[in-house]
Amino acid sequence: MARIAVVAEQPGETRVAATPSTVAKIRALGHEVVVEAGAGAASSFPDSAYAEAGAEVRGHADAWASDVVLTVGAPADADIALLRPGTTLIGLLSPAFRPDLLDRLAAQGVTALSMDAVPRISRAQSMDVLSSMANISGYRAVVEAAHEFGRFFTGQVTAAGKVPPAKVLVAGAGVAGLAAIGAASSLGAIVRATDPRPEVADQVRSIGGEYLEVSLDKLGGQEERVSADGYATATSEAYDRRAAEIYSEQAADVDIVITTALIPGRAAPVLLTAADVAAMKPGSVIVDMAAAQGGNVVGSVAGERVVTDNGVVILGYTDLPGRLPQQASQLYGTNLVNLLALLTPAKDGELRLDFDDVVQRSVTVTRDGAVTWPPPPVQVSAAPSATAASAPAPETAPRKTLSSGARNGLIAAGIAALFLVCAVAPPPLPQHFLVLTLSVVVGFYVIGKVAHALHTPLMSVTNAISGIIVVGAMVQITAEDPLVRVLAAIAVLLASINVFGGFAVTRRMLAMFQKGAGQ
Amino acid sequence: MNPEIASSVAAGAYVVAALLFILSLAGLSRHDTSRRGVVFGIAGMAIALAATVWLTAAGAWGSPGATIGLVLLVAAVLVGGAIGLWRARVVEMTGMPELIALLHSFVGLAAVLVGWNGHLDAGHVSAELIDIHHAEVFIGVFIGAVTFTGSIIAFLKLSGRMSSRPLMLPGKNVLNIGALVAFVALTVWYVVTPSIWLLVAVTALALALGWHLVASIGGGDMPVVVSMLNSYSGWAAAAAGFLLNNDLLIVTGALVGSSGAYLSYIMCKAMNRSFLSVIAGGFGIEAPRPGDEEQGEHREIDAEGAAELLASARSVIITPGYGMAVAQAQYPVAELTATLRARGIDVRFGIHPVAGRLPGHMNVLLAEAKVPYDIVLELDEINDDFADTDVVLVIGANDTVNPAAAEDPGSPIAGMPVLHVWEARDVIVFKRSMASGYAGVQNPLFFRENAQMLFGDAKDRVDDILRALAS
Repeated sequence: MARIAVVAEQPGETRVAATPSTVAKIRALGHEVVVEAGAGAASSFPDSAYAEAGAEVRGHADAWASDVVLTVGAPADADIALLRPGTTLIGLLSPAFRPDLLDRLAAQGVTALSMDAVPRISRAQSMDVLSSMANISGYRAVVEAAHEFGRFFTGQVTAAGKVPPAKVLVAGAGVAGLAAIGAASSLGAIVRATDPRPEVADQVRSIGGEYLEVSLDKLGGQEERVSADGYATATSEAYDRRAAEIYSEQAADVDIVITTALIPGRAAPVLLTAADVAAMKPGSVIVDMAAAQGGNVVGSVAGERVVTDNGVVILGYTDLPGRLPQQASQLYGTNLVNLLALLTPAKDGELRLDFDDVVQRSVTVTRDGAVTWPPPPVQVSAAPSATAASAPAPETAPRKTLSSGARNGLIAAGIAALFLVCAVAPPPLPQHFLVLTLSVVVGFYVIGKVAHALHTPLMSVTNAISGIIVVGAMVQITAEDPLVRVLAAIAVLLASINVFGGFAVTRRMLAMFQKGAGQ
Repeated sequence: MNPEIASSVAAGAYVVAALLFILSLAGLSRHDTSRRGVVFGIAGMAIALAATVWLTAAGAWGSPGATIGLVLLVAAVLVGGAIGLWRARVVEMTGMPELIALLHSFVGLAAVLVGWNGHLDAGHVSAELIDIHHAEVFIGVFIGAVTFTGSIIAFLKLSGRMSSRPLMLPGKNVLNIGALVAFVALTVWYVVTPSIWLLVAVTALALALGWHLVASIGGGDMPVVVSMLNSYSGWAAAAAGFLLNNDLLIVTGALVGSSGAYLSYIMCKAMNRSFLSVIAGGFGIEAPRPGDEEQGEHREIDAEGAAELLASARSVIITPGYGMAVAQAQYPVAELTATLRARGIDVRFGIHPVAGRLPGHMNVLLAEAKVPYDIVLELDEINDDFADTDVVLVIGANDTVNPAAAEDPGSPIAGMPVLHVWEARDVIVFKRSMASGYAGVQNPLFFRENAQMLFGDAKDRVDDILRALAS
């Protein structure tokens, strides 16, 4: 049974790695949970709540000396020294930016798993901290913008005059961007969104935004904007030029800009130039969610609120998830529980790290004294079916449909055949053909109007009336030949089953159809 | 009794009956008028039968076979009627496809018998018309026999007494076409030299053809097959009308025949396939494209999770399929609907035209469970609403909700109209296992980010959700 510790974070970090409800879920996997005293205080989870969920509340050094240590941010050097060799540390370690941290953890003999290294595959979605935090950030970015913005988001017509709705531009429709679009549009703003991936247009519209397409028609056709790992990639020069024009136009028009554009492993692209910012109206607000990676907006400062000369507020906050600590802790904690569930497949409290599993391999950044970052690349299994579509499927030949000429020819041939038969055939036949053709036409018109829901009753009624063949059998039943009589009697019997059974079952069915009481 | 008067009265009665049958089918076009439609049908049938009995009695009055013939007639009608009413009373609504298939077979067999009688008792036919009469006997027997065995096989498949997998004889299309060619040849031969063994041969041939036609069609194509057999049974009656010189039979047969053909057409359109390709069978046997299995990972949800999703939803759409009928889940589904509606949640049903094994099958099942019909919508009515829907429950449906049909041009079901359930916020798929659907096509829906699987028997799972909602 592994002892799992939830430790207190560095000052400034408001989140905590487990909430009382996720503690209960970790315990259900067979683990023992200890919580450092005061760990959840910044997220409004008192120690007593953890104790109620079944965790033991311990001191600082005691907690760090556990088998598994859960954190949010990277640990301080002093805390790393408290870790025993063989301990598993799980947290947001930013392995790409902190090689020194990895070396230190490896030297301590710690197995470190970094939650921000979860691969973007469907199976690992439940552990994808970047997504869950981005969702919170997007929402909070709108809240921060609304706080700074001096007007309503929604348009109103009041006795004191008409209020126009705020116009919001969201750059980048990833998880954070979509959350921001949703939050802003539910506050009543007019929301526009840009993204280099045209396939997000539907998602943008579905949550109330308007998608601004960077039209490349003049620039030589559509470009493929989806990379193999599911993130947006860098864009071409021609594309960037057109996009820059759009941002300039929009900046002069909108009241609020929220930028979320990030490219993994690179500095954030600059979307709004100094000139664009200068063109904005006084009182406008920009939230640059990429400030920590260099910023999408010229003039943004990571972690700071900046007011430009023309009165535009630029927010470069980097702790947006931490500004909703309860929510962020709950989602992060659930991501951790899902990872722990993957690591304890038997739910027996035994942690097993399986390097054949691509998720477990990817998150592991140090193991047995060695740095295992970066992991081998993972291809997204749920990649858009570009490969499938580009490979033509030979077995699905185009459906054979008659050309209109051939169809007209067939119809003409049919009419000619009918004409010939009726012209040649002796007296009763042409009459019968006339009756037949007219009945078929009437039949098609009548049936064509039948509601889909009544198709089964229709079938049973037609079944019943096709029992009309009983008439034919009845006429034959008085023949002299006894064999004919017997055969006719059997036919009458069979057809009668149809007539009576068909009508009865139809009535039974129709009696069941009833209209709702109207809601 | 005067046979002259009887036959002119009968002629008038037949016109009235034919009109009533048309009104009956017209009445079925709307829910409000449907019950009146059935009354028209019954009235038409009663008038036709009464007139025919009188005609028969008047024509045979005084002849030696009259009494015994009339006794036989009354006895046969009474016995047949009793059996029919009994079956109609006890049949389960999930068993409707079987019953309807079985009823088709009766019409087919009756047509065969009437045809045989036409051969045995051809005394009154004038010399000029005798060749035509023979051809009519042959055509009537052929259509009737194909309908008979075809319906029997459909009945066996639908009731699970026979595997619903398609039978794959080598060169099956050649066999079918060969049978048709042989039929034409036999007809010509019979017209030239009428003899009983030719009639036996064509009956056997048609029986074999009917068996083979339906045996080589798989379970999921049954809606087409059943409506096709419905059509055949109509044409069999029409052929008997030609044979017996009876316009009522022709009118009724043509009405039924065109109705079945129209239903087959709707079903084929709903599967984006031509009628011939369904009849030729073999759909879904194609090897799925390699790599189709590697579509990703599905997520599971439990009944409590599903109940939570439902409780917090504002709008819910349920898309049932054949699996709901198999699991007999319509009652708990109806209860779930009532529970959610009582909480003010907008619940609707989306029915794909080929859901189930019979056109309109799902509607009947839901009606049986007292789901109001005005919340049960068809594909075209509801497809645009999925994007605004919070939760979709897919109960026992697979191919009819497959996004590959709309998005992957290489898919075997590409172009088939499907319910766009994946556009909803959350999709919960009730399923026994991860096996692919009838068409043998993997369903990418299960691997969508907004889809979650709820494994197990649909009825049990819906019951679990109800319990979770109540607690």
